[in-house]
Amino acid sequence: MPDLSTLLAQVFTGLVLGMIYVLLAIGLSLIFGLMTVVNFAHGALFMLGAYFGVFLLTYTKSFWVALIVAPLMVGALGLLMERFLIRRLYGRSPDDPLLLTFGLSLILVEGVKVIWGKIGLTLDPPRALAGAVDLGFMAFPAYRLFLVVVIVAVLVGLYLFLGRTNIGLIIRAGSRDPLMVRALGIDLSRIWLLVFGLGTALAGLAGILAGPMRGAYAEMGVTMVIESFVVIVVGGMGSLLGAVVAGLLIGQVVGLTTLFVPKLAEIMVFVVMAVVLLVRPSGLFGEAGLLE
Amino acid sequence: MDRRSFLATTAAGAAALSFPAILRAQSKDVLRIGFPLPLTGPFGALAADQQRGATLAMDELNAKGGVLGRKVEVLFRDDQLKPAVGAQRTKELIENDQVQFVVGGLAAHVQMAINEQTKKSKVLFISVSQSDEISAKPDTSPLTFHEALNPTITSRAVGNWIAQNLGKKWWIIYADYAWGKQNNMVLQEVLAKQGGTLLGSTPYPLGSAEFSAHLPKIQGAKPEVLVSMTPGADNIAFLKQVQSYGMKKTMRIAQPLHWLPQLKEGGPDLYADIYGGTSFYWELEENVPSAKQYVEIYRKKYNAPPGDYGAYAFSGVMEVARGCTLAKSFDSEAVADALRKNPTYDHYKGKQWWRTCDNKSFQDLWIVKGREPGKTKGEWGLAEIVTKIPANEELDRTCKEKGLA
Amino acid sequence: MSALRSIAGAVGAHPVLAFWVFFAFFPFLVPNRSLATQVLIFGLFALGFNLLYGYTGLLSFGHAAYYGLGAYGTGIALAKLHVGSLWAGLGAGLLLSAAGGAVIGFFCLRRRGIYFAMLTLAFAQLLYFTGFHLADWTGGDDGLRGIPQLTLGLGPWKYSIETTLGFYYFSYVLVGLAVAMLKRILDSPFGAVLQAIRENGSRAVACGYDVNRVKHLSFVFSACFAGLAGALDALRLTVVPIESLYWTTSGQVVMMTLLGGAGTFFGPFVGAATYLILEERLSLFTESWPIVIGAIFSAFVLFLPKGIWGTLTGGIHGRQSA
Repeated sequence: MPDLSTLLAQVFTGLVLGMIYVLLAIGLSLIFGLMTVVNFAHGALFMLGAYFGVFLLTYTKSFWVALIVAPLMVGALGLLMERFLIRRLYGRSPDDPLLLTFGLSLILVEGVKVIWGKIGLTLDPPRALAGAVDLGFMAFPAYRLFLVVVIVAVLVGLYLFLGRTNIGLIIRAGSRDPLMVRALGIDLSRIWLLVFGLGTALAGLAGILAGPMRGAYAEMGVTMVIESFVVIVVGGMGSLLGAVVAGLLIGQVVGLTTLFVPKLAEIMVFVVMAVVLLVRPSGLFGEAGLLE
Repeated sequence: MDRRSFLATTAAGAAALSFPAILRAQSKDVLRIGFPLPLTGPFGALAADQQRGATLAMDELNAKGGVLGRKVEVLFRDDQLKPAVGAQRTKELIENDQVQFVVGGLAAHVQMAINEQTKKSKVLFISVSQSDEISAKPDTSPLTFHEALNPTITSRAVGNWIAQNLGKKWWIIYADYAWGKQNNMVLQEVLAKQGGTLLGSTPYPLGSAEFSAHLPKIQGAKPEVLVSMTPGADNIAFLKQVQSYGMKKTMRIAQPLHWLPQLKEGGPDLYADIYGGTSFYWELEENVPSAKQYVEIYRKKYNAPPGDYGAYAFSGVMEVARGCTLAKSFDSEAVADALRKNPTYDHYKGKQWWRTCDNKSFQDLWIVKGREPGKTKGEWGLAEIVTKIPANEELDRTCKEKGLA
Repeated sequence: MSALRSIAGAVGAHPVLAFWVFFAFFPFLVPNRSLATQVLIFGLFALGFNLLYGYTGLLSFGHAAYYGLGAYGTGIALAKLHVGSLWAGLGAGLLLSAAGGAVIGFFCLRRRGIYFAMLTLAFAQLLYFTGFHLADWTGGDDGLRGIPQLTLGLGPWKYSIETTLGFYYFSYVLVGLAVAMLKRILDSPFGAVLQAIRENGSRAVACGYDVNRVKHLSFVFSACFAGLAGALDALRLTVVPIESLYWTTSGQVVMMTLLGGAGTFFGPFVGAATYLILEERLSLFTESWPIVIGAIFSAFVLFLPKGIWGTLTGGIHGRQSA
């Protein structure tokens, strides 16, 4: 039985890990919840965020500039994707956007290797954040603490945007009853364009934030996309709160399993998902009837 | 043109191109060597190195008139790091392209699938990547040769050195699959023999980029040395995270293998003072004559120094050529016997030899460590040689232990 | 185009006969013979998947599970338990995949739509994990090696599956029988209910059909076809790699079915042939062949959603998740 400080350290680690899961999943959840589009290219866009980050860092020598511009670049790509590719698929089977984005992800992953080579790239955090902070019960990387701050800021921003602005109101109404919103004379296609751009920008942000912890390499989005799917399914598709709760839950589960039974850590994510789905039909906070 | 007609025309065109309407005249006067390797997938960079090494060997042989008067041709096929694809491509190479020999493979599990095909078709296979099983029962065969190092040799060599030079209180973290598990087992045996203490040993899922959940426990245990089996991209993520937790300051870090692409990707900031083993490092050109020669021809052709996997591939192809020349034949069994009867060779780093009972190549390996930023030599001088571990049959399991008497 | 349409029509009217005829000559039409067997086997796998997806309207992300169970069942029976009979080995694989389909189907069918799909993925990953760690039985990530290609004995007559063509015609017979069976299933009242469920699940319930039982049976049949494909592949390669159970294998069969045309009878074979031949040919020309495959696949989703065979034959009237 590990001692108290190790246990405390592990729980704290699980908390931060959970926040990272939330960050990875939030872009996917937004697009799915508000457009019922399953964006399988989420992992590839995450990866692009990291690569664009390296590119910007090389030219501007500023991590902060890269942090702001890289997600914007990925978001712009997302806008193009929605406008010219995904938009053609509305009204068809809901599996089609999933399949299309899967095909696109193949192109993006290989394309990155063609442009930047097969060896990955390195992305360093700013000097100020490179060290570890002594929290008493453990030494914890300053960068991860910074990450938590960013994630909380993003979540607060999203909450305010969706809950307190007019556009946010339209977005929420549009997900609940698109027909009615159109009947009220509002052009939903512009809204969905915006939402897709926002969701993909969030994926890109996650990528450049993950870069200093993992490096930038073409396959980095492959496992991440499956994990993000699990998080939003457990949380309930369509619910941002669900994504946050699920992310934190899974983070703790993985953290504690790694401490006690490391061999099972990999499969626990799927076990949790299976258990939750069998007990609660639409995930923890999901709305019944959404994509069933 | 409607969709249907477009599709029909395209399909007809594509079908015409793919049907073997004109049978390619398989020239009888060529020595064909099949080479499956993972050109796509996470180890593409290492596979590219393998391809360059093998191509270099092919060019060198052809420049000297080929083998027994025949031109040498190496046929590369993408195995996508998947055993099923590797087996399929090997089948095609043997049946369609009529290769006489197969050299190749990067991942252990793909090698074994390739080996099943070559055994079935009685074609000589020289495996050029790490695997403990390939030279043991039930996988090995009189036609299965293993050019590369394996986890047992590597971990015994590196493990012994670490225990004697860096510290005797270890924590081991390893990728939870065959290679990781084998290294873990051997390292633990070595540590015990050296009278050291194992503070803990943790598996992690291969391909995972997130190590934070493992680190608090390791930090708490305060090992002298953290030994890691974290291949490929995992290596970078692991070292970055370990560094961010400040762990590089409180413990030494070592791994059984260093890979040149990873050293390049991570850079000296990350790899400074990290120890690892390697079968080959290009700075050996300074001390070893055959290395000097090899590095020179490689550099001339590719403008960059060679890595270890490329060197294995080079050696593998050269051995096929040497075997044919000795046997005066292209028959796999004759060549295999010739290699066993004349087991010593030196293509790029010093004396190597085949052990008769298991067709295992014994060779020198080196301990290297990452150079600090500012101390690197040019773009590729990222590591520094610490010591040589000379070839020694005692580093591997005995043939009896492998199930071969 | 009317010539094409009449050919497609003739094939559509007598699919089983068309199968027997076309695939009798198939090995001589493709760039290499071992590829022909691969097409047959993956075509069968996709056929099974298509029964569930194209005909019943249920998208499974974890079909590798049944392919893998079939492969490991046969592999373990022949290589580890040394059962000594080819038929017994095949039977073991088939039985294991049917059982897997029955059990997993029971749990997954409690949910619908994307939740159903994610549950099928979860179970498949669970099986992968189990297979990975039960290394004494499955070989773990090294794969199960040493599967013997036993000689077929029917009385005094011996048939060897060790040669490429020999194995091809052995699979040809088995896959042909499976195809005939599928035709029978689809033509039966049961088959009609399946398609009714795909078109409008609630209406099928309202008509009084035991929809859950029908879905479950369809799941099991689908698993059996996939399992037979896995069993044959285990014999073909003489190894069972752990990737057989991984989600990338599930993804491949989805791609093949979509390329060929979901909900059409031959779509799966057309899709399997296209994917495998493209992959083989393209990888000879360029290392970046995934870009080409990704582009082709995306183009299909955008412009040719009915797939190759679906577009050529006019296809079915769209699919809807039940």
